Amino acid sequence: MVDSPGALVIGPARERRLEGIHDLGGMSGFGAVEVERAEPVFHEHWERRAFGLNTLGLAVLRAYNVHEYRHAVERMEPAHYLAASYYERWFTAVASLLVEKGVVTREDLERRAGGRVPLSRPATSITATDASAMRAEMPARFTVGDGVRVRDMRTRGHTRAPRYVHGKRGVVVRVAPTFLLPDLAGHGRRAPHEWTYQVEFPATELWGAEGRHGDTVVVDLWESYLEADT
Amino acid sequence: MSDPRQPKPAAPIAARVAALEEALTDAGLVPEGYLDDATAPMEEALSPRNGARVVARAWTDPAYRARLLADGARACAELGYELPYETSIVILENTATVHHAIVCTQCSCTAWSLLGLPPDWYKSPEYRARLVREPRALLREMGLDLPESVALKVWDTSGETRYMVLPLRPEGTEGWSEEQLAAIVTREAMIGVARVSVG
Repeated sequence: MVDSPGALVIGPARERRLEGIHDLGGMSGFGAVEVERAEPVFHEHWERRAFGLNTLGLAVLRAYNVHEYRHAVERMEPAHYLAASYYERWFTAVASLLVEKGVVTREDLERRAGGRVPLSRPATSITATDASAMRAEMPARFTVGDGVRVRDMRTRGHTRAPRYVHGKRGVVVRVAPTFLLPDLAGHGRRAPHEWTYQVEFPATELWGAEGRHGDTVVVDLWESYLEADT
Repeated sequence: MSDPRQPKPAAPIAARVAALEEALTDAGLVPEGYLDDATAPMEEALSPRNGARVVARAWTDPAYRARLLADGARACAELGYELPYETSIVILENTATVHHAIVCTQCSCTAWSLLGLPPDWYKSPEYRARLVREPRALLREMGLDLPESVALKVWDTSGETRYMVLPLRPEGTEGWSEEQLAAIVTREAMIGVARVSVG
């Protein structure tokens, strides 16, 4: 796609490129869930190491923040994402970020590993316009019982608004604390702290006739993702 | 013959992880013993036994239960759980008419301090895709058949708030000690994909 400056993060006009394979909520075609009895915390030693390397990158080296980490997982090639185990995704994100931040080089990793080290795809750049479109209001704009609608978002970068609630109507059931807006923090940008809200959506609003009357889904959303539903 | 347009196969994952560890170690960026010392205590401390103790206390002490539902973090701290990874925690109370279940559709967020690091089934694309859309069918497959009289609320951990389900106390446990009760509380019940059962 054309990566033109001034493209809006929020707004219905722009086509999204194939990204967001991680955003699985409501996707059809998946089979049974297998529950392993007496599952160990880690199955293999390298999983424990992948876990430790991420805490090292986050807490000791402070090479990236947790939002950049999540975004790096989301930037994996879709086929690799679905084929990889959980801790392979952790490793891929950590290695990608440490290469992007100049801490290690891909060539060095591939030489040491004796083969290819697949990394996440580069982040798309978000523009100043993006940031201004997401300025938070203080104090909390919504309160318990308020009707809200999730903006019809077309995000090119990191976001935590799952696709299945875009454009959907719900009711605020709890005002949660403020947190850094991931849409900017995930790109290593200065981000505001924004109010977050637990918003309850009727299953029928999300899935039409497939949804059971009386059942609901509650989603935790940043204020920038919401508009008043009057 | 190899096709030059096809990427070479990736190095085995264990070799990739070892390569990164080695590169960082050679660069002097890994404090001595860090990778063992930092993760081993976490493995031990992050356990569903913690959540089970909170549940058992709530089942036996109505005043504690009320405090837990009003302010989960403070009530967990009373039992010594400081929740370093959960800035915001909400305890979801199952009742005769409402059942709660937890998922993270975009990754696999959970309340590590109370539920432990998440199990593979919770992290699977199958669970993440299906629980929000066809929760009753999925729960039935997993062994939990919810009656029509019970409303189901699914909580998607899309923000920074974490959840734990306070399951219904099973019948036949009258007079049990907190320790006995904690022993039957499973991680699956605290995520909302199972009931707590006796024996």
